[in-house]
Amino acid sequence: MSWAGPEDILFSTSLASYLDKKLLVLLRDGRKLLGILCSFDQFANVVLQGACERVIVGDLYCDIPLGLYVIRGENVVLIGEMDSEREELPAHMICVSESEIRRAQKAERDATDLKGSMRKRMEFLDLD
Amino acid sequence: MLFFSYFKELVGKEVTVELKNDLAIRGTLHSVDQYLNIKLENIRVVDQDKYPHMLSVRNCFIRGSVVRYVQLPPDGVDIDILHDATRREARGG
Repeated sequence: MSWAGPEDILFSTSLASYLDKKLLVLLRDGRKLLGILCSFDQFANVVLQGACERVIVGDLYCDIPLGLYVIRGENVVLIGEMDSEREELPAHMICVSESEIRRAQKAERDATDLKGSMRKRMEFLDLD
Repeated sequence: MLFFSYFKELVGKEVTVELKNDLAIRGTLHSVDQYLNIKLENIRVVDQDKYPHMLSVRNCFIRGSVVRYVQLPPDGVDIDILHDATRREARGG
């Protein structure tokens, strides 16, 4: 990896300013990972220390610890710097255990599947 | 390189970036690179209630490959300069 010249630093969108900061990483599959940035490269591959997955279902949330994570850059959507002076989540949200959030996730998935299958069954009516 | 140069001109302006996952973020363009990765500052998420996890995020890095649209201020663009640059690039390339 060649070192950036002065102009390159000005115009390259470097993740260097995010090193050792607590970050929110959004992945293509919709997952939200939080952690401290240890390392990165030109492909936006990222190493997070103390990573956890924040699962949110409606007003319920749970942080599931993951440890040291290497994320392949192609899966990264967004990397956000979390401001320690601001609230991470709205006050009305409730922290629950992992088993409870998994139950809630399954319930949400089942509801979506049911909605999908009902729509399929109604398709023959040709209403729209 | 044309769009990279074009976005460099827009640094400091307010833009709204719409991502392929339908998330739309408004913010000040801080920097851009050859992959059209974007760094935004002082962001505000459109439809914030749908994205509670983004509440404390002020600055973010967006991977170029996930951008669907970049919405620009109408007066942020000099159309003639852009047209000329495109014609030059088309002739050269």
